[in-house]
Amino acid sequence: MEVDTTTNAGQLLAAASGGRRRRGDRIFSSLAVAAAVTILVLLAGVAFFLLVEALPAVSASAAELPGGKSLVDYIAPLVFGTVLAASIAVVIAVPLAVAVALFISHVAPPRAVLVLGYMVDLLAAVPSIVYGLWGIFVLGPAAVGPMEWLEAKLGFIPFFEGPASATGRTMLVASLVLAVMILPIVSAVAREVFSQTPRKLQEGALALGATRWEMIRMTVLPFGRSSVISGAMLGLGRALGETMAVTIILSVSGIVTFNLISQANPSTIAANIALDFPESSGLAVNTLIASGLVLFAITLVTNLGARAIIARQNVQ
Amino acid sequence: MTALDARVLPDWAPYGAVAASAAFSAALLSAAGAFSVALLFVLTALVACVATYAWSRSVEGSRRAFDRLVTLVIVAAFCLALIPLLSLVFEVTKRGLPGLSLEFITADARGKIGGGGAAHALVGTLVITGVATAISVPIGLMAAIYLTEYGGGRLRRALTFFVDVMTGIPSIVAGLFAFALFALIFGPGIRMGVMGSAALSVLMIPIVIRSSEEVLKIVPNHLREASYALGTPKWRTIVKVVLPTAFAGLLTGVMIAVARIIGETAPLLVTTGVVDSINSNPLSGRMQNLAVYAYSEYRTPGVFKQASYDRAWAAALLLIVIVMVLNLAARLIYRRYRTEIR
Repeated sequence: MEVDTTTNAGQLLAAASGGRRRRGDRIFSSLAVAAAVTILVLLAGVAFFLLVEALPAVSASAAELPGGKSLVDYIAPLVFGTVLAASIAVVIAVPLAVAVALFISHVAPPRAVLVLGYMVDLLAAVPSIVYGLWGIFVLGPAAVGPMEWLEAKLGFIPFFEGPASATGRTMLVASLVLAVMILPIVSAVAREVFSQTPRKLQEGALALGATRWEMIRMTVLPFGRSSVISGAMLGLGRALGETMAVTIILSVSGIVTFNLISQANPSTIAANIALDFPESSGLAVNTLIASGLVLFAITLVTNLGARAIIARQNVQ
Repeated sequence: MTALDARVLPDWAPYGAVAASAAFSAALLSAAGAFSVALLFVLTALVACVATYAWSRSVEGSRRAFDRLVTLVIVAAFCLALIPLLSLVFEVTKRGLPGLSLEFITADARGKIGGGGAAHALVGTLVITGVATAISVPIGLMAAIYLTEYGGGRLRRALTFFVDVMTGIPSIVAGLFAFALFALIFGPGIRMGVMGSAALSVLMIPIVIRSSEEVLKIVPNHLREASYALGTPKWRTIVKVVLPTAFAGLLTGVMIAVARIIGETAPLLVTTGVVDSINSNPLSGRMQNLAVYAYSEYRTPGVFKQASYDRAWAAALLLIVIVMVLNLAARLIYRRYRTEIR
């Protein structure tokens, strides 16, 4: 008690004498600043160490690199595969995610909302290796029939040119699994903003005689549009960097093709690293790290785009 | 037409339409000899949409008919989105249970051809995740405290921005980073448990910061001010008032972050390597982990292929159970122990 009074008196004195901070405060606040700086250093470290390890591959001649191709020729097909798989996943997942978000925010009975939301969140928590196993053992075999049907009926579209794979290890299946994986992310963002739509707008629309769909179209969707777009871009970023599901499912051959249902598929950057890294040494490792750097750059641009959209909306 | 004398469909109309469509589709498919659950789902959805729209349009007019149609489409989309979840849980349980035994969690795989367990992977998972948590939580929590209690100016803006950037780092890139870091120090052949922890920390820190920041932000200011008014120094206010108030939320955030990284495969594949025996020292040698174990049992099955696949599924089941228990426990803790703030 006595000690307390004296320290308190000391504090008052310190406060009175121009607010000089006490030792405990100084230590604690420097710890907090140190943690903040550590994170910035860590991120700079990620970029720096990747650059250092990638440099040998950049300066090496084509003959020394794996496959005897130049670095650009090595990475370009991988970039193509990465972007293709992720784009298809986004195209499939976003409409579904919006519908799921609308269901939870505006259609489902309020009592079920918590449970339903939790079920969708669980989808996001499932480890990617499990999705990979599910994709190759369950979805792949189940997709063989439909893919043969696509080849037969829609074969004139380049996407479904075929010949249809008999194992289901195709770009289409990989993209479907990616779509399942990013759906909860997009849907969480959409649900959040849908449920924040101002009550008075919604009730005003209903009071004017709008049906529920008209109310959603006129108030909820315009209100949530930019958030849905940024959520889609976050999902895209996730799909671009997703590794294990693609590694396990896709049967790769390094070609560039839009054919989604055949045996021969372009690989993705992440899957290529996961497949080749454990058995690589020397310059091959540097090449893989260089491709990782490219992936980092692509996802960075995507994510920053998403953040920019969110920031612009917040200003409005 | 006014609302009062408008004719409307009975309350049971949507359910009736869907049930009738399902029965009709089932009959049609069995007649065609092409019955399958997937086809039944698709056909039922289509028939129900058409039937509901036509019925409602003839009674209620086009606007309400379209409203009913959209509602049906949304419900169908939701069911469609749940199918993968249900199928996944069902298949993993069905295929994982046969491989799950006492041996699976107590024995390692050294010298056991076509048999053995995943004890080494379990130990590795616990050690790697534990070390990653021990690195990430202090840094992440202090950074969140910096953001909510101290931060201002350029460092704060930079931190907020770069935490966003960090959230988007693909897990495999985090693995490459840890590899590059340790390879520069120890040479390119290096594989250690702690490398995996470093990679996972890169993924975990931004999650911890985000969730902690959210929780600390909602601690009301009047609690802090009351504490200052009693002459308590700022750091003691944070430690004794702010953190205890937010404790349940902080713990929940950490548990969800752990659940997120415990199933990571890719970053560990490139940093901790693959091994058959128990290694509990993160500072020396290769270390197995459940996710990588499942992957390598699938990728390089032994002589007895099915036994290997069984073990891969068993590991997957174990992982899913761990992740779901962590998530559920986190939510329960939050519900049970959160401080009521008025």
